[in-house]
Parts: sequence; structure tokens; C-alpha cells
Amino acid sequence: MSEDPGLLAQIAISAFLVIGGVFGLVGGIGLLRLKDTMQRLHAPTKATTLGVGGCLIASMLYYLLVDGRVSFHELLITVFLLLTAPITANVIAKVWMLTNLKEGDLPPTGREHGWAIFDDPPGAEPKD
Amino acid sequence: MLLRRIFPHPLLTLTLTVVWLMLVNKFTLGNLFLGVVFGVFIPAVTAPYWPNRPKLGAPLMALEYVVVVLWDIIVANVTVAKIVLFKPERDIHSQWVVVPLELTSPEAITVLAGTVTMTPGTVSATLSSDGGALLVHCLHRDDPDEVCHDIKTRYERRLKEIFP
Repeated sequence: MSEDPGLLAQIAISAFLVIGGVFGLVGGIGLLRLKDTMQRLHAPTKATTLGVGGCLIASMLYYLLVDGRVSFHELLITVFLLLTAPITANVIAKVWMLTNLKEGDLPPTGREHGWAIFDDPPGAEPKD
Repeated sequence: MLLRRIFPHPLLTLTLTVVWLMLVNKFTLGNLFLGVVFGVFIPAVTAPYWPNRPKLGAPLMALEYVVVVLWDIIVANVTVAKIVLFKPERDIHSQWVVVPLELTSPEAITVLAGTVTMTPGTVSATLSSDGGALLVHCLHRDDPDEVCHDIKTRYERRLKEIFP
């Protein structure tokens, strides 16, 4: 049963909720305002870090201060987000580069081999 | 060695057990037992998928790495929020930055690429085909060398110790 959490707990929980909400909103605004796909890709990486992070901290605080128990689900959500979000962003970036860029549009690698999306790895059979 | 046979991958066993306990969100002996069963069973079944598993060189360094990354995420979030909200569109100069890598282990490069993406303002786009350079897209930065220098000194240096 939840009891009255007290003013300080309420302030702390609300503060983290507001922080999370604000950064989620900024991520959305970024998605609207920025010009091309690569720039827009920066917006969701923000929403998933501090936006979701703020809400998760608020949720943990709520369970800790109001329900009086420790909840680990939020930590797991953080871990899974940190594992999956970069992969999504990376795949979107690669697809965009393949469809919109030519090899000359990217800066040189500074190595013998080109970028992986245009160039086969060393030792691989050449593709037709 | 029998112990080695039951626990071919002790770190994975420990991780799976802890994740299971966190998933059920309640610590009881029964849950702990079930977690250990998963921790023993899953590594045994998935063994063919990790023929050369990485060794953790410095566990304390890994902890420091997590703290540094979390701090950077917070700082960079505020910086990027300012750019998104207040900078006129024509003043946002995005650019590609090439980061030459000293890391060779695939796991370390994966972690580095993921970190670069999660710290706002930079997204890792692709690797060179021999795995020796990372292509990073910067939302807005006046000095591309600084981005490269930050990534190398803050993340790559620590990852080199974690994955020796």
C-alpha cells in the first residue's frame, strides 16, 4: 500500500519526470528542425539517453520512496536501450549512406582500404 | 576440470543469473536457483557462438568507463539541446570525422562505436573495411580534430586497458 511520500520525495520524482520530458521534447523538436537524415539521426539518440533516463530514475525513486521497495526493471531497460539503440542508428546511417552517397563524398579513411559499405574487407572474395 | 565444464563462461553465467533476478524483480531462493539453471544451461547451448571470447583486462577500469560515459552523455545532451533549440539552421555545420583506431579486438570496437553513438552530437556511421578507422558524423562542431582527440583520449585509451 502506498503511503504519503512527503513533499521532498514528490519534488524529486517530479523533477526527474520533467527533465526526462524536456529532453524527449528536444529530441522531437530536433527531428522536426534538422535538415537531413544524418542530422536527424542525432535527435533520437538524445531522446533515448537523458529523456528515457530521467523517466527511469523517476520510476525507481517512486518505487523506492513511495512503495518502499527496490525495482531493478529500470536498470534493465537502460541496459537494453544502450545495447540496441546504437545498432539501430548505425543501420539507418549505413542505409542512408548507401542510397545517397558515392564513395567520393566521404573523407578518405587514411588507410589502404576504403569504407566498409563500399569496399570489401581484405582477404574476401571480390563480389560481382 | 569439472568446474570448467559446468561453467565454461563464468562471467556469462553470473550475468544471466543477475539479469534473471532483476527481471523477476524479487529475490527468493527459488528465483536464484532458476537463475543459476539458466546461467548454466544457456552458455552450454550457445557455446558455438563465442569461440574466442574476450577477456576482461581491468574490471575497475570498466566501471570508470561507465561513469565517464554517463557523465559525457549528460554534458553532451545539454550542449546538443542548445544547438537544436537555439542555433539557426544555417549555422549548424555537420561534418564527417575520421577516427583512426588503435583498437583491434572486435568487441572493443563495437563498444567504442556504440559509445560514440550514444553520446549525443556524434553518430558512428561505418568502419573502414579493414577495421582500422571509424567514420563519425558530427552534428555541429567547429573543430573536427577536437572530436577525434576526445574520442581517442576519453574512450579508446580506457577500452585498450579493458580489452587487452
